[in-house]
Amino acid sequence: MAKPEDVLVVKDKSVVVPGEALATGMGYIPGTGTYRDGESVQAGRLGLASIDGKVIKLIPLSGKYLPKLNDRVIGKVIDVLLTGWRIEMNCPYSSVLTLKDATTEFVARGADLTQYFALGDWVVAKIVNVTSQKLIDVSMKGPGLRKLQGGRVIVVNPQKVPRIIGKEGSMVSLIKDATGCNIVVGQNGLVWMDGEPQAQLKVVETIRKIEDESHLTGLTDRISAFLQKKGA
Amino acid sequence: MTHVARETLLASLKAGMHLDGRPLAAYRPITVTTDISYSAEGSARVVVGETDVIVGVKLAIEKPYPDTPGRGNLMVNVELRPMSNPRFEPGPPGEEAVEVARVVDRGIREGGALHAEELCISPGKQVWSVMIDICTVNVAGGLIDAAGLGALAALLHSKFPEHTDDIVHYDRRTSKKLPIGTQPLPVTVFKIGDFFMVDPLPEEEAHMDARLTIAITEHDTICALQKGGSIPLAKEDIHQMVKIALKSSHELRKNIPRQK
Repeated sequence: MAKPEDVLVVKDKSVVVPGEALATGMGYIPGTGTYRDGESVQAGRLGLASIDGKVIKLIPLSGKYLPKLNDRVIGKVIDVLLTGWRIEMNCPYSSVLTLKDATTEFVARGADLTQYFALGDWVVAKIVNVTSQKLIDVSMKGPGLRKLQGGRVIVVNPQKVPRIIGKEGSMVSLIKDATGCNIVVGQNGLVWMDGEPQAQLKVVETIRKIEDESHLTGLTDRISAFLQKKGA
Repeated sequence: MTHVARETLLASLKAGMHLDGRPLAAYRPITVTTDISYSAEGSARVVVGETDVIVGVKLAIEKPYPDTPGRGNLMVNVELRPMSNPRFEPGPPGEEAVEVARVVDRGIREGGALHAEELCISPGKQVWSVMIDICTVNVAGGLIDAAGLGALAALLHSKFPEHTDDIVHYDRRTSKKLPIGTQPLPVTVFKIGDFFMVDPLPEEEAHMDARLTIAITEHDTICALQKGGSIPLAKEDIHQMVKIALKSSHELRKNIPRQK
């Protein structure tokens, strides 16, 4: 229950900067992207304040990817360990793919692990554990999780990934259908694609347009019109 | 963290375009801004796509080298800042920095960009030293060409400071320009598979087989060469690369701001 001494300082959906007070009083609870400093709840990063009852959340507008449980991410193998692989995934922390999460096959002691994943291979994996110290475990077990053969990887703003995917994947399937490209969007802001060179170019242009115009209304209509104009 | 698989890149090159859609012999959009530094005698900032370099020219009066008593000195130094690319580390210049510096230096020196005799004040005693410092802000492919373009633009826009005997008054600048001879520009042609291109993106550069930097003056004279990469070049390869470089150098040269 919000008490009379609890005061909201900002309006819902207003732009806030790090350190800005969002509300005062113990009646408000800091959600993701915010923190409590004494009596007040403050913004931890640049974004839009989102007030949900007594919980104050923050929708970030920029920033690096922060790993979250169950996210599907794209990463690169940067090291082969004794019993697994180290994966880099466009974020401040690297993750580990252990043998038991990588394959159901029997792997003999001392086997050459590069026959499964070699240095520089690209994979799409799922985050299965994130500790408070940001030690991350990823797994290859699940639908669609695999090694990525060929194609190319581009970097997008991780905060725009939900817009690129769209509601239940509507946006990405719109692009897939229009261009005939194979596309995998990682939550970490890496997008893998494969297809004809011209079609790939269209995918990149479309994704850049989504990034630029994600805050405007009617994004889906705009993008399908754009793809039509491009003759895809 | 961008990446492209070799077969995907080759398919794009076969279609006659870079991964961003431009023709193989075309540069990304280039902007050259001169006189960006207050304290340097000449300066330029070159932005080629996402590659961004700053060049400064500093003049000093020094003793000439004993073997060239009547000629001014030229020094080119490149600093690859750690913030400009993840592969650069702090510390003394590495192999890559030394190579860029030497290739830019060679083009300017051997192409006769400076009339070194006119930099002499008193033979054997006092000459002007021209120091070109190249500093990277961001490196995303095509570094040598950007550095060479910046060095030439900075030289063309340099002005001598006043001096009495061997004391230079850096706070008082004259309108006298450097004695410019020719205007050499390095153009680097890359070979990936059977394809040739200029100005690769960083993910394309990772697949480089060989590269040939060709310094070309405004009269289409070749004045310096540098080969890089582990795969040897055939005679026909070099012919073709020179042809591409000559054509691309005209495009590159248009970006030098006119002298005031």
